[in-house]
Amino acid sequence: MNINGDEVTRDIEPRTLLVHHIRDNLGLTGTHWGCDTSNCGTCVVWVDEEPVKSCTTLAAMAGGHDVRTVEGMETDGVLDTVQEGFIQCHGLQCGFCTPGMMMTARALLDRNPDPTEAEIREAISGQICRCTGYSTIVRSIQWAAKKEQETPVEVSAS
Amino acid sequence: MTITEPGVEENANAVPTPDNNLNDQKPTGFGRMLRKEDPRLVRGLGQFCDDVELPGMLHLAILRSPMAHARIVSIDKTAAEAHPKVKAVITGADLAAQNLAWMPTLSNDVQAVLATDKVRFQHQEVAFVVAEDRYSARDALELIDVEYEWIDPVIDVRKALDADAPIIRDDLEGKTNNHCFEWEAGDKDATDAVFADAAENGIIVTEDIVYPRVHPAPMETCGCVADVERVSGKLTLWSTTQAPHAHRTVYALVAGLPEHKIRIIAPDIGGGFGNKVPIYPGYVCAIVASLVIGKPVKWMEDRTENLVSTGFARDYIMRGEIAATKDGKIRAIRTNVLADHGAFNGTAAPVKYPAGFFGVFTGSYDIEAAHAHMDAVYTNKAPGGVAYACSFRITEAVYLIERMVDVLAYDLEMDPAELRLKNFIQPEQFPYMSKTGWLYDSGDYEPAMRKAMDMIGYDELRKEQADKRERGELMGIGIAFFTEAVGAGPRKDMDILGLGMADGCELRVHPTGKAVVRLSVKTQGQGHETTFAQIVAEEIGIPPEDIDVVHGDTDNTPFGLGTYGSRSTPVSGAAAALVARKVRDKAQIIASGMLEASVADIEYEAGTFRVKGDPEKSVTIQDIAMKAHGAGDLPEGLEGGLEAQICYNPENLTYPFGAYICVVDIDSGTAEVKVRRFVAVDDCGTQINPMIIEGQVHGGLTDGVGMALMEMISFDDEGNCLSGSLMDYLIPTAMEVPDWETGHTVTPSPHHPIGAKGIGESATVGSPPAVVNAVVDALKPYGIRHADMPLTPSRVWETMQGNHTPPI
Ligand code: FES
Ligand code: FES
Repeated sequence: MNINGDEVTRDIEPRTLLVHHIRDNLGLTGTHWGCDTSNCGTCVVWVDEEPVKSCTTLAAMAGGHDVRTVEGMETDGVLDTVQEGFIQCHGLQCGFCTPGMMMTARALLDRNPDPTEAEIREAISGQICRCTGYSTIVRSIQWAAKKEQETPVEVSAS
Repeated sequence: MTITEPGVEENANAVPTPDNNLNDQKPTGFGRMLRKEDPRLVRGLGQFCDDVELPGMLHLAILRSPMAHARIVSIDKTAAEAHPKVKAVITGADLAAQNLAWMPTLSNDVQAVLATDKVRFQHQEVAFVVAEDRYSARDALELIDVEYEWIDPVIDVRKALDADAPIIRDDLEGKTNNHCFEWEAGDKDATDAVFADAAENGIIVTEDIVYPRVHPAPMETCGCVADVERVSGKLTLWSTTQAPHAHRTVYALVAGLPEHKIRIIAPDIGGGFGNKVPIYPGYVCAIVASLVIGKPVKWMEDRTENLVSTGFARDYIMRGEIAATKDGKIRAIRTNVLADHGAFNGTAAPVKYPAGFFGVFTGSYDIEAAHAHMDAVYTNKAPGGVAYACSFRITEAVYLIERMVDVLAYDLEMDPAELRLKNFIQPEQFPYMSKTGWLYDSGDYEPAMRKAMDMIGYDELRKEQADKRERGELMGIGIAFFTEAVGAGPRKDMDILGLGMADGCELRVHPTGKAVVRLSVKTQGQGHETTFAQIVAEEIGIPPEDIDVVHGDTDNTPFGLGTYGSRSTPVSGAAAALVARKVRDKAQIIASGMLEASVADIEYEAGTFRVKGDPEKSVTIQDIAMKAHGAGDLPEGLEGGLEAQICYNPENLTYPFGAYICVVDIDSGTAEVKVRRFVAVDDCGTQINPMIIEGQVHGGLTDGVGMALMEMISFDDEGNCLSGSLMDYLIPTAMEVPDWETGHTVTPSPHHPIGAKGIGESATVGSPPAVVNAVVDALKPYGIRHADMPLTPSRVWETMQGNHTPPI
């Protein structure tokens, strides 16, 4: 598979979940594992620019596809505006749900650059944050949307 | 004294945009400041426990009991041991041979690490496997064959003390029933006398109120990596712990390891909420495994294991009673409680407070008398009890009193806001000694209440409600006013397993004026790395970005009891301020030498030391740091260096308070409750970083909506846990909560060096009664005076039909 722009090839057990492959085999531990039932969304990554729950995806299914994780959000040391928004608006506390939230947020803004509050809440509704109460996550995404409208930047996946 | 600071407040409520800068513009100290921990966390570069990877590391998985109560007849582990990737299979009998099968809990009870004689709750730890990878370890669990002999379980807490109830704790010598402990507070005779009088001349209201079992469910589950060095015998344990130092001492006691050979590292923690205070069998299993095998061993529980076996919260059945005058002056409060502690008493509360701080159940009201009585019992359920941001059971206390005040308002046909305003402790009564012996440090309740009412537009909402009621629409307004007691605590009466609840803190200023502050407490998302840098910055004028905060590593921080019960700012925050003042005092002496003036003639302001009356003559803290470490003489008798250490023993707890108002709409066709608005006005004394405070409040409000409307750990009659996944244990998503509205007043704590009080749990404590009061208020047209959490659509529907039943 291609992960954050790098081609990687590994022999794996067929049953390996994508989340464990990314974390344990590839050492990219920014993607987290928070539940057994596809409810929490701490594991969200992109497969071919589509956010998916990597705990519900077999690693083998991602073979030959482009996978992007939180580690691939930054470009040349410059944070993505979504990452910047989360810092500016206190969109994270423990930071455990944050990578998944940001991957979903980035995908939302790529499709809908000016989402309403309701659209943002719906986009992240498959994910749980136990710390922030969501208002500051919504603000973080609004911050990023506004920033991108003011200063258009290249935001698509590399 | 209440100070309202409009400037700060606007900042706290304003939403940051790319075009405004709400951050504090001072170079040092208190104010909105972006967090120092965020740059690594947003890059996915935090290091959580499961991210720790060591060479040769093995993986541990735990076999759990399918039954709630059963004798273990036999365990056959041969097939599991034969698995090619398995390194060890350990049972309770193996641990018993090393005298490690049982461990002390934080409440002076014992708990089985692995069951030896019988299992006492479903999912109790029975055996563990260590294998080369996490999948193989779990595969091998399937190969262990355990034969159980069924024993009738005790699930209904109301029947736990029946004469024919099976005895759960037959491991305890002489135990002939399921009684765990009895506890009492207040003055029974005085309280009964007031009730007798009120029966004649006033009003008495009584209500049975259940606070169901819930679970903190942090997004990161519990786990650890244990690594025992073969030659030195030193154990390094990366662990999801909120209390690394306390854990070190307990491991020394249970595993018999010398304490200097134990190093606990609490790395980044994905939320705690009290779930990561107790010591769980899994940690001990991993330590034993690493000791036996000589390799690092990782144990990470999955979500189900987290929900079904680690520290739950609440589970109180309370009868509340208020005696009042007919015009609404509350005179006395009494309560009788049945507390379900599960199979082992594993609560983490100061030893002299077996019911935690439930004793503050008299709330924010000036009354004549109060009395509480409690029986705590064992049942065949997972242990725990003190968790989920409860401030040692103040959640239960606040829920009881704030629900009861609304019950009284219902019977008196009084407005619940007016009733509260009529009964508040008055500002001039502080420090106020409560009728159960708690000394409230400071408070000014009415301004907070009025502010919340203004922010939400209370009078207009009541008008809107009246109109809607005419049209048959269901809308409710719920109020809660809470007072908390946080920051445990004075060592003369607060300890956990004999360890006093004072906190150490160490500050070193390097020659170039940069500093390192070392704390005993540990963040799980609260932002200690930022807040504590700001506290030190405010005191000695070194910018927060030049101050590194070290925490969560017992080899590199002074002793202290950890982060829970909203104690970090009240206890360690005070320690940080005082250690900085100690350094500042020394700096002042050095400055006097540098400026050739007497110490008394030096004045300090924001990092600069000046000669009084000669402002041109000054040196900065950075100049002094270099001097302290440099060549040349220092004032007579002074050692070189610029550092200090202290251990802070709080004089009292701090008593934050707040006024919360919630508005709900209920769909009369589906009984679904929608939280439309929620205003929270908090007073946590002096504010260090308003952005972080607001975040703490938001998180707690979400917990409150969760508990009030959806969260509950439930069991069937056989003791099967029915809430073992996030599909069955519902936690609010962004769809179930409103955009939070917050405000504050500032009433400093008189005994805290910077006047700060705890804030981490205020909203979790204060919000459930506000939501429930709103739902009950909405159901008033149905003649409803009380309904128990969780107020799911089906439970609200039943209530509307007149069929409300308690959840347990
Ligand atoms: S780990 Fe919870 S949804 Fe994937
Ligand atoms: S920041 Fe902790 S779970 Fe979202």
